Amino acid sequence: MIRKILIAKAYAVSLLGLAGTIVEVESEISSSLPGFVLVGLPDASLTEAKDRVRAAIQNSGLKMPDRRITVNLSPASVRKHGSSFDLAIAVSVLAASGTLKPASISKWVHLGELGLDGSVRRINGILPSLIAAKLAGILHAIVPAANLAEASLVEGMHVLGVSHFGEVAKLHGAVLPSSDHWQPIDVQVKTAKAEVFDHRNFINLDMSDVLGQQEAVDALTVAAAGGHHLLMVGPPGAGKTMMAERLPGILPNLNLDDALETTAVLSISGRSNSTNENLIERPPFEAPHHSASVSSLVGGGMGMPRPGVISLANNGVLFLDEAPEFQKPVLEALRQPLESGEVIINRSGGTARFPAKFQLVLAANPCPCGHGYGSGRNCRCNDQQRVKYLAKLSGPLLDRIDIRLNINAASPAQLALARASGSHSVSSAELRDRVTVARKLASKRLQGTPWQINAQVPGSYLRKHLPLDSRSVIKLEDALDKGRISMRGFDRCLRLAWSNADLEERNQPNQLDVAKAILLRGPEDLLIPRSDSK
Amino acid sequence: MAQKQLLGKYGEDVAAQFLQDRGYSIIDRNWRCSIGEIDLIAKYKSRLVFVEVKTRNGTGYGHPFEAITNSKVLRMRKLVSQWCSQNGALGSEVRLDAIAVLVRGGRVGIEHLKQVF
Repeated sequence: MIRKILIAKAYAVSLLGLAGTIVEVESEISSSLPGFVLVGLPDASLTEAKDRVRAAIQNSGLKMPDRRITVNLSPASVRKHGSSFDLAIAVSVLAASGTLKPASISKWVHLGELGLDGSVRRINGILPSLIAAKLAGILHAIVPAANLAEASLVEGMHVLGVSHFGEVAKLHGAVLPSSDHWQPIDVQVKTAKAEVFDHRNFINLDMSDVLGQQEAVDALTVAAAGGHHLLMVGPPGAGKTMMAERLPGILPNLNLDDALETTAVLSISGRSNSTNENLIERPPFEAPHHSASVSSLVGGGMGMPRPGVISLANNGVLFLDEAPEFQKPVLEALRQPLESGEVIINRSGGTARFPAKFQLVLAANPCPCGHGYGSGRNCRCNDQQRVKYLAKLSGPLLDRIDIRLNINAASPAQLALARASGSHSVSSAELRDRVTVARKLASKRLQGTPWQINAQVPGSYLRKHLPLDSRSVIKLEDALDKGRISMRGFDRCLRLAWSNADLEERNQPNQLDVAKAILLRGPEDLLIPRSDSK
Repeated sequence: MAQKQLLGKYGEDVAAQFLQDRGYSIIDRNWRCSIGEIDLIAKYKSRLVFVEVKTRNGTGYGHPFEAITNSKVLRMRKLVSQWCSQNGALGSEVRLDAIAVLVRGGRVGIEHLKQVF
């Protein structure tokens, strides 16, 4: 008996971390009792696709084949999850039954979740999915209309946004009874507008709000210019959090590659993006609470790896307020990503690699009670408590932090002075311009190396290829001799000196830059000695 | 007889005629035992063919085949072995088929699926 072969193939994308694999969605219709079988390692949410697809097809005025349908997701060894395969499954099934043209569907990659009424709903991870499709040579994509803005970021792709399955079917040659059959029920998923609740959109975070902390603002500017990690130690209310929140504001816009990477991570995390799903050009700011777990910070999850906060802060700022209150393993977990700029997460569902090039800003009180500054008269902690508190930060983590800043509450005199000069306080925009210029100088100098900003450059390279003039070196060596800085601190000071010079638009750090660098590097021992004048 | 039974009986008649036209010989109809009923038992060449017939007027509640559920299929398998042991046909070649009869506005459509269970 000759049987007509009823097989069709559509394409979708399976994501593991940021890496996408093209998945062939094959459908076969066999002459057997009606049924719908989905094979090829689908997870629970994907198995439910069967029922969504059936309902969506019928409610688009099309006919589901009344035979046994087998859908295979190939390569069958790759685990698939999520609802983004619905659209590809639906077109594949209908093409196998002859309703759609098989030649037409295999030209496109189909991404989207189907609603029971046939509407095509937004999915996570559109950007990395389309990049994978482009790499695989499929240059046409059908995506949910709600994802169109994000999808258009991929250059060289022909992207079509659809809001109902009927539109897709029509495109592939289906004859629909009438288009009012598939007027989507207007089910707007009600999401509270994030902008309204984000206080940052109401209070414009500007560096000029910071009063009487000129030194600290200077230090932040250097940190921004060189991408240096930063530790701020100071009493409660001195303005540590306030300044850290304003650090992203003085960072320059992300370049296209970085912006795409940051947008892609946000896209797979599924977190709604207040900038309306377009390219994220401003560096992100993440401030996890100190109760955060290791997997929430570096990434993880059940079965499938998911990006953590450090990956969401990729190309931006990760701010750990009350850093010594974080669990020790959480802080230690940051060491490896700080070094490599990425994090590799292994889970039973697979191994994912997420970018994690963040600028770390730590804030800490000088002691558990917070009053151990100045003369320390109000401090209620004993020496053991004080040592234990800051010891949580010591060691390898602090080694990776270039700037250690002691912040004191602004004195009334400083505040008065700042108020008097009121309009003269520098705004974030001005600082950002200076930082942008400084970063350009640095990247020009570092052309031909794998680094772009000063914080990335190892000290050995600086000593060998970019030596300081002798008088500046003497200053550094003097500090080394007197024990103010260690040998490692020496290298850190070199980097900071270059950042200082870049900010002043000098081709070579001078003695002043070096002196400032030594100051920014701070003492080797974090513990502020308490005067025993009680 | 109720409307539903009448339709079922009519569908089985149509199905039997359909099979006879194609060279099948009908051995038994509506064979019952304690577990259930086999609609048609036919013979084609040397092979025994057990047929479940589903009749519908209109597809408002789905295609007739969709009414043949998994549990129905499992019951059919038991029925077949029962029939074979009672009729001394154990070990003979068997096949389970399904026939859908769709009555719509005076027109009758027949679909025959072979080897479905």
